[in-house]
Amino acid sequence: MATATSGLEAIDQTRSAQPPRPSVIYEWLTTVDHKKIGIMYIVYALLFLVIAGAEALLMRIQLAVPNNHFLSPQVFNQLFTMHGTTMVFFVGIPVLFGFGNYLIPLMIGARDMAFPRLNAFSFWLSAFGGILLYLSYFAASGLYGAGSAPDVGWFAYAPLTARVFSPGHSTDYWTLSVLLSGIGTTATAVNIVATAFCMRCKGMILTRMPLLVWLFLVTSCMVFVVVSPLTAAQFMLCIDRYLGGHFFDTQAGGSAILWMHFFWIFGHPEVYILILPTFAFMNEIIPVFSRKAIFGYPAMVAASVGIGFVSLGVWAHHMFTAGMGPAGNTFFVFATMVVSVPTGIKMFNWLATIWGGKVQYRPPMMFAAGFLFQFLLAGLTGIMLSVAPFDWQLSASYFVVAHFHYVLVGGILFSLFAAFYYWYPKVTGRMMNETLAKWHFWLFVIGFHITFDLMHIPGLLGMPRRIYTYEAGRGWEIWNMWIGIGAIIQTIATLIFVYNLVHSYFRGKEAGPDPWDAWTLEWATTSPPPSYNFAVEPTVTSRRPLWDLKHPHDTDSSYE
Amino acid sequence: MTQTAAIPYNATAETPWVMPNRGIVAMWCLIAAEAAIFIIFVVAYLYYIGKSLSGPFPSQVLELPIFGTICLLSSSITVHAAVSAIRKGNTRACSLALAATVLLGSIFLATTAMEWHHLIYDEGLTIKTNLFGTTYYSLVGLHATHVIVGLLLLFTTLIFSLRGKVREEHSERIEVLSLYWHFVDAVWVVVFLVVYVLGR
Repeated sequence: MATATSGLEAIDQTRSAQPPRPSVIYEWLTTVDHKKIGIMYIVYALLFLVIAGAEALLMRIQLAVPNNHFLSPQVFNQLFTMHGTTMVFFVGIPVLFGFGNYLIPLMIGARDMAFPRLNAFSFWLSAFGGILLYLSYFAASGLYGAGSAPDVGWFAYAPLTARVFSPGHSTDYWTLSVLLSGIGTTATAVNIVATAFCMRCKGMILTRMPLLVWLFLVTSCMVFVVVSPLTAAQFMLCIDRYLGGHFFDTQAGGSAILWMHFFWIFGHPEVYILILPTFAFMNEIIPVFSRKAIFGYPAMVAASVGIGFVSLGVWAHHMFTAGMGPAGNTFFVFATMVVSVPTGIKMFNWLATIWGGKVQYRPPMMFAAGFLFQFLLAGLTGIMLSVAPFDWQLSASYFVVAHFHYVLVGGILFSLFAAFYYWYPKVTGRMMNETLAKWHFWLFVIGFHITFDLMHIPGLLGMPRRIYTYEAGRGWEIWNMWIGIGAIIQTIATLIFVYNLVHSYFRGKEAGPDPWDAWTLEWATTSPPPSYNFAVEPTVTSRRPLWDLKHPHDTDSSYE
Repeated sequence: MTQTAAIPYNATAETPWVMPNRGIVAMWCLIAAEAAIFIIFVVAYLYYIGKSLSGPFPSQVLELPIFGTICLLSSSITVHAAVSAIRKGNTRACSLALAATVLLGSIFLATTAMEWHHLIYDEGLTIKTNLFGTTYYSLVGLHATHVIVGLLLLFTTLIFSLRGKVREEHSERIEVLSLYWHFVDAVWVVVFLVVYVLGR
């Protein structure tokens, strides 16, 4: 096994001969480099994270005390609609695909995605979708007057979305922006699958592909069969609203239940589309900070594919209260419970990876530990809600809100923070400040648990979701006050994180190419990587090419 | 913390490293996504069969579009002929087969247009009339949109081919296009069964 970097100097010399670029803005607007597009995805998602987080904070202020009139009911409806839509379509999906864009070509030893221009196209399409959604604040009533945001909830149940009940254009803004983001997402997914199948470097057979790439592959395949139904349903809604169709028009024989099915055929697998990439981050971070190879690589791949398949058959557990009859209920109860089997396999594999390892509690690993604990708890309330009679009691209550925020914040967001701390040195070439990271972690853990542990209780006490205020004396006041306090602590923690991102960019310690002593190919190139990634195409002989390189007498390839 | 990460590189490649064609992989992905869109529209169509509150009903106004169907399905054969011709480097046969595909596809589109004209002006069925109108025009219209996109792509390729720009080394690109066209044809088989056989 020879190591050669001679091609690198040759290419570096040609760099100085290049003519000066027109301008920074022009470069970023027209770039087709997967790393720049990835960064743009992430920055754009962070921007929307701050906006949607501020919306959540406003809602918590309104609910902190009973009989509050801080927000009007109309504004409250708009806030929860915008918060949900923004978080799912313009924070969750872009930030995950941003990481995917940045990391996948680097991890498989490629110079770019399979279709760089399609990549730029899908980013700008998604970005335009997000901007369109927020334009509704200014233009939703068209030329008639001032605008207002959509207020139909993030799942926009029919027939509330019909012209009669949602006059004006606010619902159209919702439909069109979600439609655009869906098309952008599908195009990115096509790109990721083509990249993973066709751009791997020499020797990287599918069973040597890093687990992160595997999980993004599964996620992208899910996008085809999951986001497309939403696109189709949005077309139908457009036909109803613009052309006078009757798909969801109950007065002409149309069915409101059909929209529920179509939406949740997208909506439930969507949370797996969001969680699988965060599993992918865990698969990279936990082994590196446990100083062990991942436990059960084939089982991890099989479990991911299994989750992908099973998640397609569970959507109607969102509709137990719609009245599907015993056969439908039973099927969806059991299908939902089956999801916990492959997820459990993953959990145990992560624990087995940590078991006996020399665990280093650096910031990524701290957030990973938080993820494991909180994701487990979120899964347990998920199993509670999957039982139809239990769901009848608590559907559309704060218990449900607490459950899915436990997954989205306790699981996905913690994993994302871990990924930020882990790959920030690769992207910027500088380490993030560890003291600030520890402050961020502990404040966020405390704030998270105050808010979302306690949020289950008003749910059990019967507090419905989406109410803008409530009467005093129902036993909900103290809990809502604490939930609000927790939200403020989380906001402070997030501000520390954002400050750390900016501060470390200028003042952070130089990272070098491989600060974590990791094993996958992205750490083989400089930080930040040159635009061509690798001067020479790498060749791999095992799942941990850098381990082989650092330990030539004890390579992985002799065991696999 | 080691700073000595060099790119693993093996100068002597033992076996040739061949990856699948990215265009073909991407087209299969697109087909999967498009198929999901069509499935949703087909499910809506099936769900709403017989649920229209007022006429006209499908049994009264729909006739089997046999001629258009034959044209569209035959165009799958001609587009396949174009691919095999260009694989052998026979550019003339490729142009001819592409032209035949465009012609057959256009005939299909014309039969759909005539059917819609008949339904709208003679039978008074529009997308607003009833559930049948809504589901019929959206499903058949979605398919027709895909036919139009396919025809535009085929026509562009035909122009390139006539000007001698399509050569043997482009055979995989023509294959990508043919995959899309086969998909459009396969969807028509489903639409035909659902709308004209089951729905009537």
